[in-house]
Amino acid sequence: MKVDLLPLSRVSAALAAREVSPEALLESSLERIRALDGKLHAFLRLTEGEARAAAKAASQRRERIGPLDGVPIALKDIFCMEGVETTAGSRILKGYLPPYDATVVRKLKQAGAVIVGKLNMDEFAMGSSTENSAFGPTRNPWDLERTPGGSSGGSAAAVAARMVPGTLGTDTGGSIRQPAALVGCAGMKPTYGRVSRFGVIAFASSLDQVGAFAQDVRGVALLLSAIAGHDPDDQTSSTRPVPDYAASLARGVRGLRIGVPAEYFGEGLQPEIDKAVRAGIEVLRSEGCEVKPISLPNSPHAIAAYYIVATAEASSNLARYDGVRYGHRARATQLLEMYERTRAEGFGAEVKRRIMLGTYALSAGYYDAYYLRAQKVRALIRRDFDTAFATVDAVVCPTSPTTAFRLGEKVDDPLAMYLNDIYTVPVNLAGLPGISVPCGFDNKRLPIGMQLIGKPFDEETLLRLAHAYEQRAGFAEQLPPLVEHAGR
Amino acid sequence: MAIDRAQVRHVARLSRLALSPEEEERFAAQLGHVLEYIERLKAIDVSGVEPLSFAGEASSPMREDLSRPCLPREKVLAQAPEQDGQAFLVPRIIE
Repeated sequence: MKVDLLPLSRVSAALAAREVSPEALLESSLERIRALDGKLHAFLRLTEGEARAAAKAASQRRERIGPLDGVPIALKDIFCMEGVETTAGSRILKGYLPPYDATVVRKLKQAGAVIVGKLNMDEFAMGSSTENSAFGPTRNPWDLERTPGGSSGGSAAAVAARMVPGTLGTDTGGSIRQPAALVGCAGMKPTYGRVSRFGVIAFASSLDQVGAFAQDVRGVALLLSAIAGHDPDDQTSSTRPVPDYAASLARGVRGLRIGVPAEYFGEGLQPEIDKAVRAGIEVLRSEGCEVKPISLPNSPHAIAAYYIVATAEASSNLARYDGVRYGHRARATQLLEMYERTRAEGFGAEVKRRIMLGTYALSAGYYDAYYLRAQKVRALIRRDFDTAFATVDAVVCPTSPTTAFRLGEKVDDPLAMYLNDIYTVPVNLAGLPGISVPCGFDNKRLPIGMQLIGKPFDEETLLRLAHAYEQRAGFAEQLPPLVEHAGR
Repeated sequence: MAIDRAQVRHVARLSRLALSPEEEERFAAQLGHVLEYIERLKAIDVSGVEPLSFAGEASSPMREDLSRPCLPREKVLAQAPEQDGQAFLVPRIIE
């Protein structure tokens, strides 16, 4: 198999063994992007010049900096990169050139990664299908008529189509885990506070977290070790030391206790997903895990609480797009008219809906009934997890209630779209780490994802479980037909 | 719970969003549908529960209160839709 079709950790090993040069690897990555992206639309733009310079520098280094040195990586278009257009999928930021790098971008550059471009997403990360991108949707490499999920749909599709071995995304309510499930790759949302968000365009600040995609769990571990850690520029980033996540994979999973929450296997779950995830749990049992039934009784209320908390925070965060300091400005003679028209022209329908919902929930007379109550329900959801983690080391459940749905299927029904995130949103509300790993296919040969949820700052246990499962299952190695047909 | 067009207009004004009449109508229906779903929160017993606004670590580290270089003015102004080299320009607000 060609090196550029290998998962991230094996690409890294091939670079270390000098079986391939960073420059040759970059060229084959760019070649695959050129061949496939006309169909997929995973990328919003390439940074070929910067990438070639970085690959050249990597190949000239006598000693490798670390495992990401020379590895092609692409970024969701929510990460500021100095001098490279960054839009968050919105018309209001079209043409915006950030004057600085996000902390995670700086860290990737320092690790020697070769950044090849910016990836498509739902506008301001609001969506579950990439159809809310102002620049057109991304398509699923397993079926071009279907969504890759969202909001980090470009990040997931690029990895699944083997355009790049690794990408970064963000996850506010499932935006890494759901697309990872829908395209058949691994995707991790770390604990709230594990990774700096400085230079990451904000959506809902008490929920947003940066994470990584790769075809292999070890690849996700390598990316997480590179980006995690305290940042004086992000007050919410934790000062806890960052473990060597890849090294922890060798510890195995024997004796770990995993909880299976009844509430995550109920009505609305596609039967093939139920079956595949239960089979996945049996694999973990056969690897020596102890499986226990648990209850997370308040999780079914998570979507209702989330769409108050997240939209309230978004209405505040997105107030900054006023046409004054950056981005689009509408022509107007009065200041108020300028604000209203700038925002009317710059934002898409879903962003407008969420700003209005959040403003409504925070407005006089509704605050106690909606916002305060949602925060109390959030406390109950967190309390359920705390109770569960007294007796289990991780929770196992489906990532998404369905496999990839058709483009256009849910675009005019916001509530139907929101319900895609029913199994992922509780994790953000509770601030916990979560990972999705491929665990099979449905009868249309669309990928299925299994979600593992862990204790705060216990990413290691999740990665160990996901890795042990992946070694046994082998689903992550399967190529989508699009890539298969393009030739090995 | 239904939300009527007058409420949508009010919230749009608070949100600094100009809406077309078609948008007002469509958003009233869609937001009403979502709010109806959210009503389920009212049936949950939250008595005695402290609200959770943030699920991060309780304490944030302090840093030294030292001045440090900021971005140069021209670099920041370069992204503005209208500026004069010194400041951001906006439509006149004081006659």
